[in-house]
Amino acid sequence: MSVSTLDRRAVVARLLRDRGGALVVTGLGGPSYDVAAAGDTPLNFYLWAAMGGAAMMGLGLARAQPGRRVVVITGDGEMLMGLGSLATIAVDAPPNLALVVLDNEHYGETGMQPAHTGRGVDLQGIARAAGFAEATMIRTDAELDALARRLFTAPGPLFATVKVSVDTPPMLLPPRDGAYLRSRFREALLGPEAHR
Amino acid sequence: MSISWPDDIFAELRAARIRQVAYVPDAGHSQLIQRCHADPAMHAVSLTTEEEGVAMLAGAWLGGERGVLLLQSSGVGNCINMLALNQECRIPLLALVTMRGEWGEFNPWQAPMGRATEPSLTAIGVRVYRADTAEAIAETVRAAAMFAFQSYRAVAVLIAQRVIGAKRFEK
Repeated sequence: MSVSTLDRRAVVARLLRDRGGALVVTGLGGPSYDVAAAGDTPLNFYLWAAMGGAAMMGLGLARAQPGRRVVVITGDGEMLMGLGSLATIAVDAPPNLALVVLDNEHYGETGMQPAHTGRGVDLQGIARAAGFAEATMIRTDAELDALARRLFTAPGPLFATVKVSVDTPPMLLPPRDGAYLRSRFREALLGPEAHR
Repeated sequence: MSISWPDDIFAELRAARIRQVAYVPDAGHSQLIQRCHADPAMHAVSLTTEEEGVAMLAGAWLGGERGVLLLQSSGVGNCINMLALNQECRIPLLALVTMRGEWGEFNPWQAPMGRATEPSLTAIGVRVYRADTAEAIAETVRAAAMFAFQSYRAVAVLIAQRVIGAKRFEK
């Protein structure tokens, strides 16, 4: 349907360049590798399964940490599996949550099978209809710069689809030990409270 | 029989410092859901499907807040794959399940998942407690909450359909 030339690694690096104290949750597959490539930190929580759950993890985290920005970075296939969560999040309306979908219109992890997003299904249109405060589609570097400026400051919930190319960058695997990921995340965020 | 068991659960949730409540609307939990919505110390979220709540409460705990998932036995089936999150990451979960399809059930379509609820939860690594009487519910929820949040485990309390009363269809 659309051919984008945006490189997913460059997109994520640009979006997270000025992340400050933001908390990041990633959907399984490519987005986890892209966020790891932009710089691993304890405040990244990488999903390696739980498909369809990334956005809702972001909601619970955003409600627990109202003083922090929470950014979920996921893929179009993962978001399609959790479409209902767009309705749930829009109704709950957390002001500090942003969802970014890296949309290559394919299932990259399983052999590049085409996804609905390349066949007319418009995720940002669905988010807008559900009631997100802001829902945008990004296709150019200029639009990406604009999103990067708003990602950590615009009143949420914010939704953005970033159309990216189907190119698959070299795999860069973040840690996948779930208990380690959750412990380092909580310790970095909560300090000694993590162990109470 | 006590008619206040939803109030008993609410008191236990308060005592356990539960802050986030995720639920799919359910007749058995309706009174409890109302009380959670009315409490400014709790944030209650209505879901489109139960596995959303599993993910949401995992995020809540990562952020330092405890939560509870309120669902019916039919919704347990929706949660199974998402519960890998709790198992692999040792993230606590407290789930309170009202049972269908086991005691005087009118709707035969509730029977299969009612039968599969406990074995499904056990298979994915969730500890299962049962409360078969109204009097047993409070202490069962209390023990489940302690186990979940102090031992970092997923725990479900199955509340027997006998306690709730079979749903009446003849209106």
